[in-house]
Amino acid sequence: MGLLSKKDTKLISDPLADNNPITIQVLGICSALAITAELEASIVMSVSVLFVLGVGNVVISLMRNIIPSKIRIIVQLVVVATLVIIVDLVLKAFAYELSKTLSVFVGLIITNCIIMGRFEAFALGNGPWRSFLDGIGNAAGYGVILIIVGFFRELLGSGTLLGMKVLGDPIEKSGLYAIGYENNGFMLLSPMALIVVGIIIWVQRNKNKALIED
Amino acid sequence: MEHIELFFKSIFIDNMVFATFLGMCSYLAVSKKVSTAVGLGAAVIFVLAITVPLNWLLDQYILQPGALAWLGEEFVAYDLSFLSFIMFIATIATMVQLVEIVVEKFSPALYNSLGIFLPLIAVNCAILGGSLFMQSREIPTLGLALNYGVASGIGWFLAILAIAAIREKIRYSNVPPALRGLGITFIITGLMAIGFMSFGGMLTGGDDEGKTETTTEMVEEPVDNKALDTKEITEKELANNTKVEE
Repeated sequence: MGLLSKKDTKLISDPLADNNPITIQVLGICSALAITAELEASIVMSVSVLFVLGVGNVVISLMRNIIPSKIRIIVQLVVVATLVIIVDLVLKAFAYELSKTLSVFVGLIITNCIIMGRFEAFALGNGPWRSFLDGIGNAAGYGVILIIVGFFRELLGSGTLLGMKVLGDPIEKSGLYAIGYENNGFMLLSPMALIVVGIIIWVQRNKNKALIED
Repeated sequence: MEHIELFFKSIFIDNMVFATFLGMCSYLAVSKKVSTAVGLGAAVIFVLAITVPLNWLLDQYILQPGALAWLGEEFVAYDLSFLSFIMFIATIATMVQLVEIVVEKFSPALYNSLGIFLPLIAVNCAILGGSLFMQSREIPTLGLALNYGVASGIGWFLAILAIAAIREKIRYSNVPPALRGLGITFIITGLMAIGFMSFGGMLTGGDDEGKTETTTEMVEEPVDNKALDTKEITEKELANNTKVEE
């Protein structure tokens, strides 16, 4: 850890578990739930947020001394919106099918509370390097949850991972399906995303009693 | 007919919270008490009713491919749709600020009940989501866009009201410690979303079985919502009746 001091490492590792943006700070749920029926979409979404939050935090941090505090929200929105347009155009150019699946949810990264939350809470008061680490850490914490939810929903819902049939073929009755296993189509419906996140929160708080609310 | 269909579809079937998870952040954060939930819900309806038609006009006359035709022949080839995110969010932020100033000036009472929620709303996913869905669903007229904005707002309002009522009651229940607070709210929302899925057949003329299902689900909702429930049922009957006439 030559490059990162102990404090800097904490900036990245904290949001991954004990200060996770989704399960603890309750930020950025909106876009997190709707696109997690497939693992691939979850990964792309996480990478997009990683880019927007990492770069956005640096930009805001560099400008933090020249932004008048009264119009800071508008300035922040413009920075995020610009970054999101870049992400959207890149997705449309290189992964058109996927950008159709994500539809409006790429645009909704703009109003993802994690991004505004980190700008307000961290980037406005810290230097660019630390803001960058904070952005990466929080986006990674967001991504971890998205990928866990996407993993379970795709595995249990359609028996595939990233489109590969890992449990065998349901039509030819090979693999697990040979012994009578059935896909749980319910997992693909949107309400199950909420319930899966609820269960993740349950497990996490059971492991770390300090997080329990009263 | 088109209007009624869109209205009920936006409230029940494509409910912002339960079907597309928009505005979840404030939905979870501000739903601890019914009174604050009502304030925020009303503010969302208000802002959606203004921003969706406004963004519809922007989309129709500035952003869409060929939308600049009214400026003259040479502008027909322009396609500014890549700017829609930034234009929409700028409109929303400006309108929220403007509405706040106007309300503060002319109706201090309304400002006191709505005012604190207005700044929160500028970055609420439900508001931007309303405009983006309006764009991607290609809503044809200004009237329908207004209808869509108001109806989605009402859907969001109903959702936050219901969860706030349930959360007020659940304080007296014995919830496993690790699930208290956030965890149980997520799971309840999931169950409510499953309940709302039974509205799915409403406009396609669902069968009798589906109808009894939805009525029992409504009875199970907390007492606080009784007034609303009856309203829901009458609205639903209305929708069914119009369907029959058709």
